[in-house]
Amino acid sequence: MAAKTLTIDDKHLSAEEGATLLQAAKEAGITLPTLCHLEGIYDVGACRLCLVEVKGLTKLVPACTTRVAEGMEVLTNSERLRKYRRMTLELLFAERNHICAVCVANGHCELQTLAYSLGMDHVRYEYRTPRWGVDHTHRLFGMDHNRCVLCSRCVRACWHVEGAGTKNVSGRGARAHIITDLNQPWGEADSCTACGKCVQACPTGALFHKGATVGEMVRDRHRLEFLVTARQKKEWITD
Amino acid sequence: MTRNDLLQIQERELAARKKITLRCCQAAGCLSSGAKQVKEQLENAVASAGLSDQVEVRGVGCMKLCCEGPLVQADPRNTLYIRVTEANAPSIINALQGGTAEAQQGDPEAAFFKKQLSIVLANSGVVDPDRIESYIAQDGYQALLGVLRDLTPKDAVEVMVKSGLRGRGGAGFPTGLKWGTVAKSTGLKKYVICNADEGDPGAFMDRSVLESDPHCILEGMAIAAYAVGADQGYIYVRAEYPLAITRLQTAIKQAKQLGLLGAGIFESPFHFNIEIRIGAGAFVCGEETALIASVEGKRGTPRPRPPFPAESGLFGCPTLINNVETFANVPPIFRHGAEWFARVGTEKSKGTKVFALAGKVRNTGLVEVPMGTPLRVIAEEMGGGAPAGGRIKAVQTGGPSGGCIPAEHLDTPVDYESLGQLGSIMGSGGMIVMDETTRMVEVARFFMEFCMDESCGKCIPCRAGTVQMHHLLDKIARQQGTRDDLTKLEELCDLVKNTSLCGLGQTAPNPTLSTLRFFRHEYEALLQPETGWHRNEATSPQPTATG
Amino acid sequence: MKVRLATVWLGGCSGCHMSFLDLDEFLLELVDQVELVYSPVVDVKEYPENVDVCLIEGAVCNTDNLEILHRIRRHTKVLVAFGDCAVTANVPAIRNQLGLGNAESVLQHAYIEHAQNNPRVPRADGIVPPLLPRVLPVHQVVPVEYFLPGCPPPAGQIKTVVTQLLAGAAPQLAGAELKFG
Repeated sequence: MAAKTLTIDDKHLSAEEGATLLQAAKEAGITLPTLCHLEGIYDVGACRLCLVEVKGLTKLVPACTTRVAEGMEVLTNSERLRKYRRMTLELLFAERNHICAVCVANGHCELQTLAYSLGMDHVRYEYRTPRWGVDHTHRLFGMDHNRCVLCSRCVRACWHVEGAGTKNVSGRGARAHIITDLNQPWGEADSCTACGKCVQACPTGALFHKGATVGEMVRDRHRLEFLVTARQKKEWITD
Repeated sequence: MTRNDLLQIQERELAARKKITLRCCQAAGCLSSGAKQVKEQLENAVASAGLSDQVEVRGVGCMKLCCEGPLVQADPRNTLYIRVTEANAPSIINALQGGTAEAQQGDPEAAFFKKQLSIVLANSGVVDPDRIESYIAQDGYQALLGVLRDLTPKDAVEVMVKSGLRGRGGAGFPTGLKWGTVAKSTGLKKYVICNADEGDPGAFMDRSVLESDPHCILEGMAIAAYAVGADQGYIYVRAEYPLAITRLQTAIKQAKQLGLLGAGIFESPFHFNIEIRIGAGAFVCGEETALIASVEGKRGTPRPRPPFPAESGLFGCPTLINNVETFANVPPIFRHGAEWFARVGTEKSKGTKVFALAGKVRNTGLVEVPMGTPLRVIAEEMGGGAPAGGRIKAVQTGGPSGGCIPAEHLDTPVDYESLGQLGSIMGSGGMIVMDETTRMVEVARFFMEFCMDESCGKCIPCRAGTVQMHHLLDKIARQQGTRDDLTKLEELCDLVKNTSLCGLGQTAPNPTLSTLRFFRHEYEALLQPETGWHRNEATSPQPTATG
Repeated sequence: MKVRLATVWLGGCSGCHMSFLDLDEFLLELVDQVELVYSPVVDVKEYPENVDVCLIEGAVCNTDNLEILHRIRRHTKVLVAFGDCAVTANVPAIRNQLGLGNAESVLQHAYIEHAQNNPRVPRADGIVPPLLPRVLPVHQVVPVEYFLPGCPPPAGQIKTVVTQLLAGAAPQLAGAELKFG
């Protein structure tokens, strides 16, 4: 495959044709904030945290779904982008009930990590404090909708890695939420294979193993990547 | 179906015409005020007066002056009856025999009608939308015939390029360029989709076209399919338009029966079928990638572009998506030629635009005017200005994605660029006139609430940003907002505009931004007085005397 | 003259103050530099005037919190939202999820349904402050200069912020020092 040369944050680099800007940046050692991206499953460009500036384009583009092109000049960390990212996170924190102090994922949460790494020390928007329930009907797992950021990683893992198609999104706008099967309790969702891939995929404490208490929730993210690599490339690589 | 067959149908239809035609509007607006009963009464009266061989009562599509419906027009006398009722409808037949009509008369020579130039709506209010013969009588399907007989697909694309037509869905992308891209895309299967998911509050242009002249859309789509190499079309129409759906279904059935859809159209190798897909009430499905997902049977949410549908659309195949009004322009362009079309309108915006004129204006209804017509002509001359001595304060175009243009800019010509410069957009054609009683913060709040409810929830800025912007607008409208809230609102507008995934979010701040631009004083007047608390964030906190 | 420092405990668990006490020997250094003019750990009833820095623990939960917060803002140069309850309203704000009337249902739940004996909602005008309809983070009531998140903020971070403030500089926390929870 042909290589493309481009610059990311003034760094000259080459990347494989077809690679995304996110992959190219990662290879060059440049980290971009992501939330809906997860190695092993396809990208949807929904969280808007990896938006970057590309010279010559008026619109910002998501690094996860934009392919590299010859001569591209990309900026990933301008003042404007940092401001947008902080604001986007503030919107997320204000949207549902993210109370780190009492969360199973405290200390292992991507949302929490993103917030402090991007310098978000408080939320200027009014907390909406909606009342979302907790689905505790599954024998192994729980879902706390209060902590959900609607990244749809669980949905994609469920459909495209496990192939069960249990999880889905229902409703729209602020009323959008993750459902199981035809919007029935998780414990009654016949299609669920109890594989737990959705729990591995979740960036926050929204999906958890039952019995995990505050701060206990450690995930094995490589599991999904391993499965997809094994399936697609017939390579069974573990660390 | 051959050329001769088509011409025969036309001749037969024209020969059957009677001395007098009573055109009776049967579009949704007039039907809702009793037009069905009016038509029945007219038919009964004609029959009992023994005039059946002289007078035809024809149910037609929209006759444009919706606020005065039900409308009946007598031809060739050029008499327009307005607000016709079941009771006074028979008196119209009286009048035909020299008596007097109790029904109120309108002025068919009024500026509202005279300033219109009908290309898209040429058949609207003229043909019977339930009869394909009625469309054929008006040279219907002759454009398709001509294209299949005389043009290669490449030529057909070239005609569109030359016409200068730009997409009427709102963004104004050059239609010929889009057709060319799909035509060039490689793929065994290609699709043509008609976007009839008109959802802007106050907009009813597409509905009227579908209800009034459905065959025009079918013909436009067939020509497009031939040009780009597609053999399957979908019309994505919202469920809230049951009459449009029924008429489209009838039209498709009739076109198939006559061989104008299906295999080997006009004895050519070209075959094309159209199916209807009914939307389930999501505004976002007007966005092309969301619409495609919905047609595929998936949840209607947008996805990042590229790839554009022209390269990878429905089921991953190259797909042409155009709006109803865009397709409605196609048959006239091919009938009269690209040059004819390009002579109408302005340098960069060719042709006409249909607007749904609504709000605080005397004459509400459908207007089709050449591009470049000043807003003032539409709102004041055609619309008759604000009712009851009021004054026009602003004109809103582009619905929840557009902006409010203040009265001092009413001389702005309607074209894509001029409206864009004023922070509004052409949009799909909703035009809401506001008078001095309208409070602009409430207008902004209304449209933000609409976008908040219609956000699909996929991307964060649109999903959560519209909620916060709506909250801030509500707070300001209730006189509880502060200057800090106003700053936050403006910052959020900037964020949501620049970071949202699709057009819905990217344009959701427009009504707020444009009212802030032209009516900022209305916002400021509602703010709470300053608290007097100073905020030390910017300066070093120097505690008093550290030593 | 020493820096006039205050610390205040609104709707919170006092954990942030416990963490403050974890400053250990640094507290002795602090004594040389500041005058602690108001705090749960000193016996002063009225919030004084001319305060330089005030660390505010807790969310704004009741009318008492509201009243003193306004007084604090009037008489203080620099406010620091101290800990997650002050910064985000945190656990005390969980009752906001119950919507309108949440204050009453919380009281019913705590003092009636879960009472072991003598079930009665304590009400005494002027003594027991009524709950606000919504629990708010401090910056949504008055402007706040700096934010020190954490539940509680570890002593090390408190030290960083206080040291920087005493040096007349804007506190600079970065990375994991800003972690909620």
